Amino acid sequence: MTESATDRTTAPTAPDEPGTRPPGRTRGGRLTLREFTRNRLAVLGGGIIVFFVLFCFVGPHLYVTEQISVDPVNSMLPPGAGHPLGTDAQGFDVLGRIMKGGQASLQIGLLAALIATAIGTLYGTVAGLAGGLLDAVMMRVVDTLLSIPFLFIVLIIATRFSSTVLSLSLTLGAFSWLAPARLVRAEVLALRSRGFVAAATVMGATKARIIVRHLIPNALGVVIVNITFQVADAIIAVSLLGFLGFGLNYPAVEWGTQLSKGVSSLLDGSWWLIYPVGGCLVAVVMAFNFVGDALRDSIDVRLRRR
Amino acid sequence: MIQYALRRLATSVIVILGVSVITFVLLHGMAGSPGRAILGVQASPGAVAAFEHEHGYDRSIVVQYLSYLAHLLHGDLGYSYKLNQSVNALVAENAGRTALLSAVALVLAIGIAVPLGVFQAVKRGGIGDTVLTTLTFVAYSMPVFLLAMLLIQVFAMGLGVLPAQASQSSSAFVIFTDPRAMLLPVLTLTGVTVALFSRYQRSAALDQLAQDYITVARSKGLSMRMVLTRHLLRNACAPLVTLIGMSIPLLLAGNLVVESVFNYPGLGLLFFNALNNQDYPVLLGYTLIAATLTVLGNLVADLLVAVTDPRTRRA
Repeated sequence: MTESATDRTTAPTAPDEPGTRPPGRTRGGRLTLREFTRNRLAVLGGGIIVFFVLFCFVGPHLYVTEQISVDPVNSMLPPGAGHPLGTDAQGFDVLGRIMKGGQASLQIGLLAALIATAIGTLYGTVAGLAGGLLDAVMMRVVDTLLSIPFLFIVLIIATRFSSTVLSLSLTLGAFSWLAPARLVRAEVLALRSRGFVAAATVMGATKARIIVRHLIPNALGVVIVNITFQVADAIIAVSLLGFLGFGLNYPAVEWGTQLSKGVSSLLDGSWWLIYPVGGCLVAVVMAFNFVGDALRDSIDVRLRRR
Repeated sequence: MIQYALRRLATSVIVILGVSVITFVLLHGMAGSPGRAILGVQASPGAVAAFEHEHGYDRSIVVQYLSYLAHLLHGDLGYSYKLNQSVNALVAENAGRTALLSAVALVLAIGIAVPLGVFQAVKRGGIGDTVLTTLTFVAYSMPVFLLAMLLIQVFAMGLGVLPAQASQSSSAFVIFTDPRAMLLPVLTLTGVTVALFSRYQRSAALDQLAQDYITVARSKGLSMRMVLTRHLLRNACAPLVTLIGMSIPLLLAGNLVVESVFNYPGLGLLFFNALNNQDYPVLLGYTLIAATLTVLGNLVADLLVAVTDPRTRRA
């Protein structure tokens, strides 16, 4: 078991000196990286994510289009010179619109996932560490919130508030921290019975210190895997909100709203309003799922090829 | 076993009560003035105040919740002022069609996903597995409405064989009387559910295939087919029971989207219209029903698992 020097098992051995990294840790990290890059789907997924981040955030600076004022004369043009993907009913260039919509979708996806993960990690750690009555009450709260169908509650809230990137991220994040909370609690329950936590307690570490320095770093693997899935789920969720008419307000746009505008065009054959943006949406969500699957496999020591 | 069932039942009741508190407080906090919402912006402040007093909206939130709860316990979900109908009547009118749509889709999904997952696991790494895994991955990463749009494009616009809109009949049994118009909604809902189930079924079957009892059964001289149908299938389906119980919220969300895409008159469309009308009693009523179904689904799944697998009872 010399190879057990992985991030999960070695990180806790020297957590008190942040300056000096134990040699095992970098090796563990490199092992994780090696395992990750060996998975072709994961590399593909990572590549797709990098491509879309560049496409959506750098793209508009290279391919400048008008996305605020409408241009009725040039509306519903099929793909051709000047407009590689045609124009929509307002005369917006579709390629530029996909870039703009992608910005919002990616921002909301990432922000919602970070919010959810931050709340969930803290909540799960506290519940797992507290144990007893507090843990039981905290987990019943999670059970209760988990029984309210996510889309229902998010839709109800989204109808009430004006939709901005921040408000949608907060709404989605506020109701998707439940799964990470459960995951992290289970991880903490498994970790807290381990020797190094007892050792830290004996050395006089406070509860807060044990949480921040010992439990959270060790549960990080589970958390990071969860973030990628959360991003994928949040991007789908925000597209559902947009599609049902509760997405960002004009002139802002995200992919779901863009698709819902295209539905009526489906019937008159303007395919360029649907397929390019739909393809981008599926590609990004798939990419995050690929990366999540691969990360889960590469963090799990048992699945490693030696 | 009975003790376990009773304990699970008690927690379920507490969870449902908790859901009613949360949804009530949330909607109460967001609804603003119900009198204003119902009478409109033109109404005088006096008329709004009189309406709110008459209907008890000027009482404290705790009193309002308790009176709501008392009505709930008598089976009264409230009254939709926007539609001028009781929520009970609205739900009763639409529930049958939604239940049938979901049930048909769920049964089809299980019927497709179980053999599909086992097939993928047995042929692991082969071309069939790779193609199917890719397809389910794409479907899994696709929002429900996008799948619906693709199906409309192919079957309604391209081939022109199926209508793009669901049947508008008010009968719950329209799925049998007008199956052509129901095919696309059912297909959409089945598609997303299969994508979810078969992923789990594949990994459950893979786990089971590696177990010793499979090797034992094979070395006894049983044919692969015998082993798969008699030994593997039963064990590989245990996780599916839990998954079906847990998939109720996803199924309800799928319903909501599918019904609004295909304009299929059911609970999902009712909820969608209520969102646009700010019809809070309907939103509250259906959310509570959906949450109750979710809790019941989990409860039934847990009890079924406990019946079939005694190891879980002590947990």
